[in-house]
Amino acid sequence: MRVTVKLYATLSDYLPAGSKNNRLEVEVAEGVTVNAVLASFLLPPKLTHLVLLNGVFIPPEARATTSVAEGNIIAVWPPIAGG
Amino acid sequence: MGWNRKVLRVNLTAGTCTPEPLNMEWANDYLGSRGLASKYLVSEIDPKVDPLSPENKMIMATGPLTGTMASTGGRYTVVTKGALTNAIACSNSGGFFGAEMKFAGWDMIIFEGKSPKPVYLFVENDKAELRDAAHLWGKTCWETEATIKSSHQDPQIRVSSIGGAGENLALFACIVNDLHRAAGRSGVGAVMGSKNLKAVALRGTQGVSGIKDFPAFMAAANAGKKVLADNAVTGQGLPKYGTQVLMNVINEMGALPTRNHRDVQFEDAGKISAEAMHEKRPTDGKAHLVTNAACFGCTIACGRISKIDETHFSVKNSPKYWGASGGLEYEAAWALGAANGVGDLEALQYANLLCNEHGMDPISFGATVGAAMELHDLGILTKEQIGVDAVFGSAEALCKLVEMTAHGEGFGKELGQGSARLCAKYGRPDLSMSVKSQEFPAYDGRGIQGIGLAYATSNRGACHLRGYTIASEVLGIPVKTDPLVTEGKPELVKAFQDATGVFDSAGICVFTSFAWTLADVQPQLQAACEGDWSMDKLNLVGERIWNMERQFNLAAGMTAKDDDLPPRLKTEPAKTGPAKGKVSGVEQMIPEYYKVRGWTPEGVPEQGTLSRLGL
Ligand code: SF4
Repeated sequence: MRVTVKLYATLSDYLPAGSKNNRLEVEVAEGVTVNAVLASFLLPPKLTHLVLLNGVFIPPEARATTSVAEGNIIAVWPPIAGG
Repeated sequence: MGWNRKVLRVNLTAGTCTPEPLNMEWANDYLGSRGLASKYLVSEIDPKVDPLSPENKMIMATGPLTGTMASTGGRYTVVTKGALTNAIACSNSGGFFGAEMKFAGWDMIIFEGKSPKPVYLFVENDKAELRDAAHLWGKTCWETEATIKSSHQDPQIRVSSIGGAGENLALFACIVNDLHRAAGRSGVGAVMGSKNLKAVALRGTQGVSGIKDFPAFMAAANAGKKVLADNAVTGQGLPKYGTQVLMNVINEMGALPTRNHRDVQFEDAGKISAEAMHEKRPTDGKAHLVTNAACFGCTIACGRISKIDETHFSVKNSPKYWGASGGLEYEAAWALGAANGVGDLEALQYANLLCNEHGMDPISFGATVGAAMELHDLGILTKEQIGVDAVFGSAEALCKLVEMTAHGEGFGKELGQGSARLCAKYGRPDLSMSVKSQEFPAYDGRGIQGIGLAYATSNRGACHLRGYTIASEVLGIPVKTDPLVTEGKPELVKAFQDATGVFDSAGICVFTSFAWTLADVQPQLQAACEGDWSMDKLNLVGERIWNMERQFNLAAGMTAKDDDLPPRLKTEPAKTGPAKGKVSGVEQMIPEYYKVRGWTPEGVPEQGTLSRLGL
């Protein structure tokens, strides 16, 4: 199945060269977890700060158990803030 | 002692400048800046006063940490009755102006009355005088600053001024200092314009003296700086990406108000995001962003300095806009962009530059354009009435409307009254996305429930900075809460509101609170200021300030009815994203909020609450 991974801010460096709009569609096995999808991007754990699955926050402790489904979007940010 | 213990009272009617001692009893109860200036204001004016009348007063105030070595200690506030809101107003600005006021030996400047002709205040240390501003009236904020510096032959003078918007009494006019920093919200610039006060120019060479325990203060200030540097958000995230990095976050969460809050996700969010500001443009191969920048004494440096694309239609014949200048910050980019469905980054920067140049709050201006675009979309306002084809998404319309509003021309005059008055005039008051007539900032109260309550209850009208629950509901600072639920939000909102009162009143930037709690500020205040500045005291001071502001608004004629969100947020569910199908639960949260605050079901502070707070 296919899911979309979006890596924002400094994490865009971990997308393959030439990726557009901070996103990449990846083919993954049925029932994989958020962590398993992200593993292939080799993101430094300290920078894998804010993780949203279809816009919903997934706390660090739930990333290894939350599975993803066809068409899901995982978006990740390093520590950031705004105003 | 932190404070200079000196207030400058400027009577514009009589043309006098009189020093007086700072009321230290009040300083002990209200700390400084927002709290202390508000105490002066509520003690000196009738809450029912017309904000644009000579009877209103306007106070520019610093806090005890302003001008010191505390990180971000450069803030000042403008406190008055707001022209846009008819509520108490307190607009906070960074840059260098606030520190200069301290260096000149003053804690605050109180303006009263109305000058018979345009004037500016010039302060050089102890010397203060009103000067003729006939030659400045009609000039932009940028020209005013340059003219004053050159006529005094001193490039180090710091200037706060109004542009055409303030002169024309546009109700969302702001006061601009250091070219692109502003006391932005609630129409404080219109109050200044109504007083015929064009600018305040300061030169101070006295530094800050009288820190109570200097070695302890330096140790506390340095410890605070280390916390900011070691924290990934304030040490890396904010300097590199600025506040603008939230554009994609909030869009993914389905809480990015789009096209006057009709939608909660913007298809072009990526094009106007912080990431886009870092990308090289196809036209000139340069990135929009040039560098980050810091206000006085700030070790975070979240500010954005950008260069607009010289070939863009908005500026191709106007080289004066080609240099590096301030922007875009998240709020401005959202209000000028997503709120109107405009996904052209360069057009947003052009509109932002004009807001800085002519002294307009980009949040209220942008959101008012969004309301006008919806009125146009519904056929209530025609292209002929507006003077431009103001369809959602039109960058051309945005650029034209910002020019018209800045100059008070044609339909720009109506836009200058803000969305509440505009929508009421055309029979659709429900289409103004505002609270107490002040436009919403960049978060949707359906997708982030706590911020909806913070908007509804903000004492200065819809505002994110009075209780920035986004920190918790989105970013997990200090703890993560679920943005989609209402449970626990009244307590959360109150906690943020009260703590923010202390940050604002100390003279530091509220962005430090991404890394600091009050426990990091407390040792700095305790070492700088005489008296007791324990955690218990600070918590009490924050809550006292909130309740004092509330009482002013109630006396001004506001009621619980004014603590509400527009019908759209309560009846039209979010169409997409995680909040799909949800409306704001503000009506469930308000009674609980009043209870948590110790207020009656009508939103009036109980006698017990007032006496506990010494009010
Ligand atoms: S954090 Fe940003 S807004 Fe606050 S003082 Fe620093 S540069 Fe200015």
